[in-house]
Amino acid sequence: MAAKVTFAQDRCKGCELCAMVCPKNIVILDTSVTNRKGYHPAAVTDMALCIGCASCAKICPDSVITVERL
Amino acid sequence: MAIVYQKSKGLTDKEMHYCPGCTHGIVHKLVAEVLEELNLLDDAIGVCPVGCSVFAYDYFSCDMQEASHGRAPAVATGIKRVHPNSPVFTYQGDGDLAAIGMAEIIHAANRGEKITTIFINNAIYGMTGGQMAPTTLIGQKATTAPLGRDKDLCGGPVHMCEMMSAIDGAVYVERVSVNNIPNLNKAKKAIKKAFELQMQNAGFAFIEVVSTCPTNWGKTPVESMKWLEENMLPVFPLGVYKDVEEVASK
Ligand SMILES: Cc1ncc(C[n+]2csc(CCOP(=O)(O)OP(=O)(O)O)c2C)c(N)n1
Ligand code: SF4
Ligand code: SF4
Ligand code: SF4
Repeated sequence: MAAKVTFAQDRCKGCELCAMVCPKNIVILDTSVTNRKGYHPAAVTDMALCIGCASCAKICPDSVITVERL
Repeated sequence: MAIVYQKSKGLTDKEMHYCPGCTHGIVHKLVAEVLEELNLLDDAIGVCPVGCSVFAYDYFSCDMQEASHGRAPAVATGIKRVHPNSPVFTYQGDGDLAAIGMAEIIHAANRGEKITTIFINNAIYGMTGGQMAPTTLIGQKATTAPLGRDKDLCGGPVHMCEMMSAIDGAVYVERVSVNNIPNLNKAKKAIKKAFELQMQNAGFAFIEVVSTCPTNWGKTPVESMKWLEENMLPVFPLGVYKDVEEVASK
C-alpha cells in the first residue's frame, strides 16, 4: 500500500466533494454507517488503488481527511 | 508513512456549522493553510463579517475580531493602523461586502490600507435565507426575485474585481474559485500572494472566491460546483485583474 487515507468520520457531512475529485473514483459514502451528525460518512473502497494525491483531503470543507504516503 | 495532508494548524478543532459541501469551509482552510505556511498564525488578526461566516472567529486559530455588517474593512483599518506589523485580513460575503459594506470596501481600497480582503461571492444571501445579492445572476431565482433577477428592475450582477482593479490603492486583485483541484490550488496561491504583499507593505489586496451556497441554491454540493462552473464563471471570469508589481516590471 503506497498511500493511506483516513477519515475523521464523526466530522463528515456526506457532501461527496471528496468523491467528486478523486481521480481513482475510490471514495464513496458508506451507507452502512450513520455518524453522530446523521450522515453517511465518506470512506475509501480499495486503498490499494489510492495514489495519495490528497485531492479528496484538499477539497473537504470540514477537514475530515488525512492522507499519508510511503 | 509521511503525512501529505492533514487539518491545518490555522484552524481550531471546533466543528464548523456550515451546511454540507459549503465552500466557506474550503476557503477557511486555504486561508488557514497560507497563514500556517507563512508562519503568520501568531501575529495575524482576522475580521469576520455578518453572514454565514459570522462565527469564523471560532474556526481560525489566530486572533479574530467581529465587525458589524459590512464594516469589516473599517475595523481592519483601525486594527492595522494600531498593529502595523501584523497581517490583518477581512473575510466577507457578497451581501456584507458588495451591498451594505460597499462604501467601506471601496474607501479602504482607495486609502490603500495594507490589509487583505477575502471576498466570498456565492451570488446570494446565505444566512438570511436566499435573498438576492448584488452578485446574483440575471435570471437567477432568489426569495426576493422569485421569477429570477430582472436586469431592468435590479441592474446586473456587480463585478467587484473589475471595480477594485480601477482603484489606485489596490495593488493586487484576483478572482479565483474552488470548484476543482486546479482552481483550488490557484486560489491558495492567490491568497498566499495577497498576504506576502501585505507583509511587504505593498498595499491593499483583494481576492474574490467564486463560491457556492448549495442550501439556498436548492442543489447538492456536487451539483452546485457544476452550476458554478456553467453559470457563474462565464459572468465572473477567473484571473488576475490587477498586479502592480507586474505593471511596474513591464
Ligand atoms: C445592519 C444589518 N442589516 C441586515 C442584516 C441581515 N443580514 C444578515 S446576514 C445578511 C447577508 C448575508 O449574505 P452574504 O454576505 O452574502 O453572506 P453569506 O451568508 O451568503 O455567506 C443580511 C442582510 C443584519 N444582520 N444587520
Ligand atoms: S488521495 Fe487521491 S487517489 Fe487517494 S482517495 Fe484521495 S483523491 Fe482518491
Ligand atoms: S468532502 Fe469531507 S465532509 Fe464531504 S463527504 Fe468527503 S469527507 Fe465528508
Ligand atoms: S446557507 Fe449557504 S452559504 Fe450559508 S452555510 Fe449554508 S450553504 Fe453555506
